[in-house]
Amino acid sequence: MPLDESAVLSRVNEILAEHNGMEGPLLPILHAIQESFGHVPQAALPVIAQHLTLSRAEVHGVMSFYHDFREQPAGRHVLKLCRAEACQSMGADRMAEHAQRRFGIEWHETTKDGAVTLEPVFCLGLCACAPAAMVDGRLVGRLDEARLDALAEELR
Amino acid sequence: MKDFIIPDDRDFGTPASKSKTMVTLSIDGFEVTVPEGTSIMRAAAEIGISVPKLCATDSIDAFGSCRLCLVEIEGRNGTPASCTTPVAAGIKVHTQTGKLKQLRRGVMELYISDHPLDCLTCAANGDCELQDMAGAVGLRDVRYDAVDTHFRTKNTSGEANPQWLPKDDSNPYFSYDPSKCIVCNRCVRACEEVQGTFALTISGRGWDSRVHAGLKDDTFLSSDCVSCGACVQACPTATLTEKSVIDIGTPDRSIITTCAYCGVGCSFKAEMRGDELVRMVPYKHGKANRGHSCVKGRFAYGYATHQDRILNPMIRDTINDPWREVSWAEAMEFAATRMKAIQEKYGRQSVGVITSSRCTNEETYLVQKLTRAVFRNNNTDTCARVCHSPTGYGLGQTYGTSAGTQDFDSVEECDVALVIGANPASAHPVFASRLKKRLRQGAKLILVDPRRTEMAEGAHYRAAHHLALKPGTNVAIVTALAHVIVTEKLYNEEFIRTRCDWDEFQDYMEFVADPKHSPEAVEMLTGVPAAEVRGAARLYATGGNAAIYYGLGVTEHSQGSTTVIGIANLAMLTGNIGRRGVGVNPLRGQNNVQGSCDMGSFPHELPGYRHVKLPEVRAIFEKAWGVEIDPEPGLRIPNMLDAAVDGSFKGLYCQGEDILQSDPDTKHVAAGLAAMECVIVHDLFLNETANYAHVFFPGSSFLEKDGTFTNAERRINMVRKVMAPKQGYADWEVTQMFANAMGAGWTYTHPSQIMEEIAMTTPSFAGVTYDKIEEMGSVQWPCNEKAPEGTPLMHVDGFVRGKGKFIRTEYVATDEKTGPRFPLLLTTGRILSQYNVGAQTRRTHNTVWHDQDILEIHPHDAETRGIRDGDWVRLASRSGETTLKAEITDRVSPGVVYTTFHHPETQANVVTTDFSDWATNCPEYKVTAVQIMPSNGPSEWQEEYQAQATLARRIAAAE
Repeated sequence: MPLDESAVLSRVNEILAEHNGMEGPLLPILHAIQESFGHVPQAALPVIAQHLTLSRAEVHGVMSFYHDFREQPAGRHVLKLCRAEACQSMGADRMAEHAQRRFGIEWHETTKDGAVTLEPVFCLGLCACAPAAMVDGRLVGRLDEARLDALAEELR
Repeated sequence: MKDFIIPDDRDFGTPASKSKTMVTLSIDGFEVTVPEGTSIMRAAAEIGISVPKLCATDSIDAFGSCRLCLVEIEGRNGTPASCTTPVAAGIKVHTQTGKLKQLRRGVMELYISDHPLDCLTCAANGDCELQDMAGAVGLRDVRYDAVDTHFRTKNTSGEANPQWLPKDDSNPYFSYDPSKCIVCNRCVRACEEVQGTFALTISGRGWDSRVHAGLKDDTFLSSDCVSCGACVQACPTATLTEKSVIDIGTPDRSIITTCAYCGVGCSFKAEMRGDELVRMVPYKHGKANRGHSCVKGRFAYGYATHQDRILNPMIRDTINDPWREVSWAEAMEFAATRMKAIQEKYGRQSVGVITSSRCTNEETYLVQKLTRAVFRNNNTDTCARVCHSPTGYGLGQTYGTSAGTQDFDSVEECDVALVIGANPASAHPVFASRLKKRLRQGAKLILVDPRRTEMAEGAHYRAAHHLALKPGTNVAIVTALAHVIVTEKLYNEEFIRTRCDWDEFQDYMEFVADPKHSPEAVEMLTGVPAAEVRGAARLYATGGNAAIYYGLGVTEHSQGSTTVIGIANLAMLTGNIGRRGVGVNPLRGQNNVQGSCDMGSFPHELPGYRHVKLPEVRAIFEKAWGVEIDPEPGLRIPNMLDAAVDGSFKGLYCQGEDILQSDPDTKHVAAGLAAMECVIVHDLFLNETANYAHVFFPGSSFLEKDGTFTNAERRINMVRKVMAPKQGYADWEVTQMFANAMGAGWTYTHPSQIMEEIAMTTPSFAGVTYDKIEEMGSVQWPCNEKAPEGTPLMHVDGFVRGKGKFIRTEYVATDEKTGPRFPLLLTTGRILSQYNVGAQTRRTHNTVWHDQDILEIHPHDAETRGIRDGDWVRLASRSGETTLKAEITDRVSPGVVYTTFHHPETQANVVTTDFSDWATNCPEYKVTAVQIMPSNGPSEWQEEYQAQATLARRIAAAE
């Protein structure tokens, strides 16, 4: 359901007020907005820009720099698969293909039932247990097809 | 064409350091001494060594991202970037070693592997730094196989390449082609550091990094971009390119000249191929603009070749006849015969001239000379009458000169900027960029304006105080500021004692200290909370170097002159005059409005602001011109029109000004013009005034003549002919032909001879010659024996008039009052993309930003009248009415509405009244009591006017 714009803006203004006087407030504000809505609605950006005397382009530049700030809401669960070197050497590519086939989606997409969003990530710092993944913020190591299938069942 | 000296135009890579401490180092075995803080790259460039570079250019700070400008320094590790590494005493730098060569080639290989190699058909061919650098580093081979690219529309298997982005052609003047971008960030940094708009960013990261304007779904046109061109100029490749270069090709020569739009007076390089103008590029040694530009000067020159331009002289017996194209000789004969007949029948005083603030000093001088020496009266006036005549009066009375006190560079040292009744972001954009740069460095802004203009807040600054006063209460606010300064003892007693008349100060102090001038007392009048006024006054008085910048929001009032005096008082009270970073600076509207005033365009003043009643001044000109000069001041524009309606003024030569559209109370102007027997309009286009003309002399554009313009900082800049006049003659030649047809016998063959005559007769120009301007680039008057190099700062050791004069500034409300029939106050202004009456900018692509005048109205006022956003509304005053579309916005306060006057279809001046400044007759454009109501479309007047204009513009087919 699309969010009501005036409701979004009034919540955004509350968040802005909470961050008044903070030094370097843009990232904390974006985090708080994402926390509130599950994503950062585009309508919030001009309001943030004006409040912080930034330009709209600057806010867009910062937001688009960080992949974790979403423009659209994610699925109920987010599965991140590590794509960095150590994991690749331990079969991350195979895991990625398996996951994409299992869920029937590409990177950054969400399953039709809205259950799972699949995302690549570059290094979770869990190289010793490669290939690694992260499910809703929880680290999972030594991934293989069976473990992935089990995860997939769990996420239904 | 005359040779002139061109200073070094090379790119030094990084901005110059302003340090006074000098450092000596060795680069490639050569010793070089540069100011501390200079980059190694710049130091090398100073001795002619160009270190290869891509992301560096000297208009913006070093960034260090391209890794091409690496150097080696003896005794230091690694290969630092020369752009970000400052010089140090005694270091030995090598810019070209085996290791560096290999590294640079490797970097270039990576760049080129993701760049289309279509150089031969690329718009930047021959003008591309990427191309140059590939050559400079000796790139012979690219080892990388371009599998993933940003420039191929399809990948190797024929699928669409998601990394390829189409061109953004939304801006009418330049194109953004992402496939050629090397993401050097120069455009983004130029938009931030030079222009200060921050419209561009890099979106994404890593391989996904792309230059982007505005938010995700924005294009260049829909973003905050103001089309100043700084990004285009900074771009080293064809990514951001002028569409004119795409259409025509690269220029082959350039001529330095001066922009003909606003009073900033930017220097430009007119880049030419043959006699076709390819592009206008801001000139980095221009002292007013320092390499920056705005959308008008940079791009909006297409009017000079617009099909509406009239290229043949035309005459007609009555204004109801169609125009008849004739030869120059016939037109001159016709005009001279008519004017002579009028003077014979109605007397010497029955004709006059209006000089142009858009033409050169030399042309203006000739036009006023025409009326004084040939018509033998003083009936000359200029558009400064309707803009900055109160500045002339107010500053003349208090300081002794009628001009700004500073140069624009001075803003770099200002700590508090008090901007009153001016919107530089729209009307003086290049100055606004320089001011914003200073504000981002921490200077404070006090804005006095009824409207929350673009200046009120912007990227990385916000006005410390915005005094959103009710239109027409300037004097009350300025006096209240002085009240706070005096009663809180924030004034600079030492300055006042040494530089001003102490007794006059005592008198003034007694006046302002009266509690009736306190912010609390005037709050009801001005609508500004007293605390804001007190805060602003304290900041202005104690915040360091405080400079005042003001515009037509100060002057175009019934008390315009009083406000100017009040402003002058503020600067004297606080000692903010006579050094860098301070001063009183009128932002002049037109390119040469300062010059046209200097040149004696006013009916009471001979060139150099000397009254015609003074016999010793008249004697100078009587000797030079060989005629007797009328000692009585002549008619001002409103007097001419009144006299015309009365039947005693019958003939007018109006050069480069559209009084029908720009002057207040259009109906009265039309009636005056219609009553005349010979109206000669000298202009590029059949403007609105020409609808009432009998003779039309086609004018030449600023590209087609030599001469000088004087900008708001009194800077005399050279205008150079870059192409032959399309209609055959420069404007000064046309005036001379007309004068000679009247029997004058003038024999000027070049404008430099006119300047010699000006220098000979006018003390403040005594030292000005074309040779000096060529040599110095520009000269700020006064330029004479005392100041042979000109005068960047005025009143340094004492006021020109001797002691600074404090004058009481009693607030008298304007007679234009709101009431039940007209409950709202209308104020008028400008927009960035259009210029004044729009005769030029409406004939360019600038109309994509502003194709009609819009009425701004506060949501409360709109709601009570049932007006929705975008509705047609009728705007009516006691003078007349017009219709236009409404925009609902809280930029204006309740009770105030605002519009621009760029479009003749709207004719906002039908509504404005004929109230004017008590001292100078400057019309009160900024305050009109109006009523707004919903409407279905154009008013009766607009329809009648359109019909008359269409009829009056007919040109008879050649027989």
